[in-house]
Amino acid sequence: MSGPNTNYDPVEVSALDPENVDAAVADALTAIAAAASLDDLKAVRIAHQGERSPLALANREIGALPPSAKAEAGKRVGQARGRVGAALATRQAELEAERDERILVEERVDVTMPVVRRPFGARHPIELVAQRLVDAFVGMGWEVAEGPELEAEWLNFDALNLGPDHPARQMQDTFFLDPVDSGLVLRTHTSPVQIRTMLREDPPIYIVAPGKVYRTDDLDATHTPVFHQIECLAVDKGLTMAHLRGAIDAFVKIMFGEGTRTRVRASYFPFTEPSMETDFVCFACHGDPGPDGCRTCGGSGWIELGGSGMVNRKVLQACGIDPDVYSGFAFGLGIERALMLRHGVQGMHEMVEGDVRFSRQFGMEV
Amino acid sequence: MRAPLTWLAEYTDLAAGARGVDVAASLVSVGLEEEDLHGGDITGPLVVGRVLEFEETIQKNGKPIRYCVVDVGQNGQMVTEGRHQEIVCGATNFEVGDLVVVVLPGATLPGGFHITARKTYGRMSNGMICAEDEIGIGHDHAGIIVLPRLLGEEHVADVKPGDDAIALLGLGEETIEANVTPDRGYCFSVRGLAREYWHSQGSPAGGFRDPALIETPQPNESGHPVVLRDEAPLDGVPGCDRFVARVVRGVDAAAPSPAWMQKRIAQMGMRPISLAVDVTNYVMLALGQPLHAYDLDTLGGPIVVRRARSGEKLTTLDDVERTLDPEDLLITDAGDGGEGGEGGEGGSETVLGLAGVMGGASSEVSATTTNVLIEAAHFDPTSVARTSRRHRLVSEASKRFERGVDPAIPAAAAEMAARLLVEHGGGQIDPGVTDLDHTSRPHAFRLELAEPSRIVGVDYPRERVLQVLRDLGAEVRETEDERYVEVTPPSWRPDLVNDSPAPDYAEEIARIDGYNNIPSITPTPTEGRGLTHGQKTRRVVADALAGAGFTEVLSYPFVAPELADQLMLPADDDRRRAVRLANPLSEERPLLRTSVLSSLVDVLRRNISRGQKDVALFEMGLVFRPGGPLGRAPLPSVAHRPSEAELEQLYAAVPAQPRRVGIIATGLAEQAGWWGSGRLVEWSDMVAAVEAVAAALVVPVVVSADADHAPWHPGRCARITLTDGTLVGHAGELHPKALSALDLPPRTVAAEIDVDVLTTASDRAVQAAPFSTFPAALTDIALLVRSDVPAGDVESALRRGAGESLESVTLFDVYEGDRIEAGHRSLAYRLTFRAADRTLTTDEVNGFRDAAVAEAARAVGAVQR
Repeated sequence: MSGPNTNYDPVEVSALDPENVDAAVADALTAIAAAASLDDLKAVRIAHQGERSPLALANREIGALPPSAKAEAGKRVGQARGRVGAALATRQAELEAERDERILVEERVDVTMPVVRRPFGARHPIELVAQRLVDAFVGMGWEVAEGPELEAEWLNFDALNLGPDHPARQMQDTFFLDPVDSGLVLRTHTSPVQIRTMLREDPPIYIVAPGKVYRTDDLDATHTPVFHQIECLAVDKGLTMAHLRGAIDAFVKIMFGEGTRTRVRASYFPFTEPSMETDFVCFACHGDPGPDGCRTCGGSGWIELGGSGMVNRKVLQACGIDPDVYSGFAFGLGIERALMLRHGVQGMHEMVEGDVRFSRQFGMEV
Repeated sequence: MRAPLTWLAEYTDLAAGARGVDVAASLVSVGLEEEDLHGGDITGPLVVGRVLEFEETIQKNGKPIRYCVVDVGQNGQMVTEGRHQEIVCGATNFEVGDLVVVVLPGATLPGGFHITARKTYGRMSNGMICAEDEIGIGHDHAGIIVLPRLLGEEHVADVKPGDDAIALLGLGEETIEANVTPDRGYCFSVRGLAREYWHSQGSPAGGFRDPALIETPQPNESGHPVVLRDEAPLDGVPGCDRFVARVVRGVDAAAPSPAWMQKRIAQMGMRPISLAVDVTNYVMLALGQPLHAYDLDTLGGPIVVRRARSGEKLTTLDDVERTLDPEDLLITDAGDGGEGGEGGEGGSETVLGLAGVMGGASSEVSATTTNVLIEAAHFDPTSVARTSRRHRLVSEASKRFERGVDPAIPAAAAEMAARLLVEHGGGQIDPGVTDLDHTSRPHAFRLELAEPSRIVGVDYPRERVLQVLRDLGAEVRETEDERYVEVTPPSWRPDLVNDSPAPDYAEEIARIDGYNNIPSITPTPTEGRGLTHGQKTRRVVADALAGAGFTEVLSYPFVAPELADQLMLPADDDRRRAVRLANPLSEERPLLRTSVLSSLVDVLRRNISRGQKDVALFEMGLVFRPGGPLGRAPLPSVAHRPSEAELEQLYAAVPAQPRRVGIIATGLAEQAGWWGSGRLVEWSDMVAAVEAVAAALVVPVVVSADADHAPWHPGRCARITLTDGTLVGHAGELHPKALSALDLPPRTVAAEIDVDVLTTASDRAVQAAPFSTFPAALTDIALLVRSDVPAGDVESALRRGAGESLESVTLFDVYEGDRIEAGHRSLAYRLTFRAADRTLTTDEVNGFRDAAVAEAARAVGAVQR
């Protein structure tokens, strides 16, 4: 290094010679292009852009030039350094992108491996079917009512116009508590909930009552001593059998889909008068079983839903509701049956045994 | 109730070309549910055969098999070779020479059962000898049909091998079977079904021919004496209010009933027996009036209808000796002592039968009976129902009387029977006619003509209502006020006689007009309040548990008395106080559960027995907690609302039934897999499950140790309470001895919690607490405490001492070992502090920490390490 020399001939400063500058740039660009990794590029950067790189050295020489030559040399070297710097940045970006991509590939896992460490739980489909029906009725403005399963005989029978001589009160059907004169039974239907509600509340009453009921049947494909019913009761001014049909139709649609047609016929139940049986058109064959028949409805095109009717005046009277002012209707059905029909459950055993494999099929919503 | 179409057609006009399905559908439209269709479904050769010979061998399965040669006349398939039909038969109730029913290859039996020649038991069987059930005339499958036994020797006199058995047995005719509801007793007759069918066709004028409309002679004094002496009517209703007795003398005891009658009786699903019995059954089936035929020569004196005396006995026609109850209504023969004879003084007083239920053996008509007394009576439905049930004796007669028989037709029924007897058995009808008639016509009811429309929701014109009422057989009298009519129901409709029959009439109008004309109108309640808090709580609890990996199941609540011991419940434990069923399904399980776990264990065991190793279950349901001996629930009058006192008594008599959740699990809580080994369930999973439920309901709970709560492990049982100490339930590992007694795997864990308690505790609007946005400050401490100090107590002390800036306490390490004092453990906690209004300084945090440690030192003797 020397001090300024005004007599200096720029041609003699070889580092600033245009050919040499171009050569340095060419070397740098070659090295940059050849850098295969970020580490390589780091070395290239030091070699070609670092303090000891040819262009840095050339740059330093500019100061020694006479002012007349400085501008041109400065411009030449500046452009050269700019080209190298841009190439480095481009290559840096390229290599970083390559690295990022490689890492994402290297970090790949097999997402198809089994991952569930804790088995999933599930609700019992009986409860889910009841919820489905209840929710739809609550949506229409009805309320849910409940009562005990161990019930007073009066509420289970007498108040429902099932007098002392009614066959259901014999031991063949009903679980009686010991001692028998305790007047207590395991409820044989959800209807005592109707009575409790009517004794507690003034009309208008619109309730849906799901629950467990008991009969002295041994477990077989179609019977179980413990099963579930859901029943609806409405008591209001001016209710007719047309409203009963309307409520039943709503029920059927919730369970078996829009447009499920029903047909009705006269029947008999002590707690209703007039009484009605409802069939709905088979959801499997849509009423047309065809020549091969239909397994769901047995080939008739219709499926029996359950009994219903206008609340017997005697029942209203026993609950202190004036039958000349109010009328009511009630209907109900077995939830097990609905589950069998809608979900193709084959028999009672699966529904009552508590085998986890049964409930798990249904998850949390039916 | 069945009815052959040909029989129905005698009483009403069937629609042109109507087949069984059509008739059944018509009956459905007026409220008679179709039960079945019989007959008309056998095609192909079904013929009479005569067994010529057979060879019986015992098979390997111990079953005798007969290789038979049967003469089937010209139908024989090898008849041109001079050989008779060879048929293999599994029945043994026949002899060589018997006439039987043979179905030949090519035929189809009911149920689409095609008959082909096939090899069975080593030989070709060219058809089948039929049993009753196979050709749909009965349910008997004990043996094959032997025709003389089925039809009577006389009726097969002209029958020869090869005759068409379809015609012989009436199998070509269709018989419908309808399910009759209890209010329609009159439909237990062809008369009733014909009337209903007529209604289904629009009740065309002249379209119904009432078979009970026959001329009957006037009653007189010379008939067989009958005394109605009911000294103890049930509810004031006399047991018998009409008694018709007719006598036919000189009947040929050997005369058979005519083939057509036998055929009909068989079509109705009954069995022809003898002329006298067949005639009474035939008339009953035709009109619905049960009759009884007595051998007049066995009667010594007047017939007395009275209640039984205590201790009296009767051997009924089914050969069962029955001890009678003073409520039983009897038909008795006063004997030659006359009806004055009391209590057997005359010596020859005889009980003839249980009125309206079944006759006795002694006066039964027999093969030598020539003089017959026909009884056609009307009995109180309640009396018959109770007797029938008391003696577990259901007969064709009791079925009808229970549901109500037309009191107007006994005379016609007796007349019809007497005529049939004479027509087919000879003899003469006695001029004496006994008819004690205490029946009265039902009162007229004032019906508001708009009432049916109001009930049904269909606008029935006045004329339509009047027309239907008349078609029903009611007598309708118009009144000055044309909005009302006076209606007297027909005698065969006792169901229309009650205090307020308007709804019954409405049903009749709707039914005859067509139920399907009723429109469908969705009711629109306006005040629905949605689910109650309790109902929502239950869903939250169940969903939280299902979400935590438990599967919901349902179990029967019936438990064995020994279960309390298996659960190791102490002698004075409330859960031993269970209610007992008077009539359990199984004598081994007469009690109702007092905890959900009591029956949930059965479900766990069943799952394990089916090969499930890792099972986590829950059930939500009621448990039955009587508290003390059962009281007596009253049975107040149903004529009006019970008094408040009666209601209180009624509700109080019903034992408490809290709703509980039982949880039980065994096996792995987390599965083994490529990630490593699994983790077995442990006590903490149960506490965590309960905490998950409580958290879902935002109910703070306190966990403490409970060393004394069966059936849990004394060292691994958590007692969970509300902050006010109310018990929520228990959770943890079950006692090893209980598990072994219950036959459950070791280390099974369980919890049971009271949903009602959680419901009450969560029934409030949760208030939002403000939370700070300033930074949190963390500080860790390690405390040395005695090993028997519960971590829960340490944490409580820290919380108390730390003050309100404490945000959370986390126990992040527990150390027990030789680096610390024996009998102690080190608990490492991270305390997080945060102030509502500022960033805490280090000095402040240290101060809070020291206060927390100081409180722990004071409360549980903790020493900071």
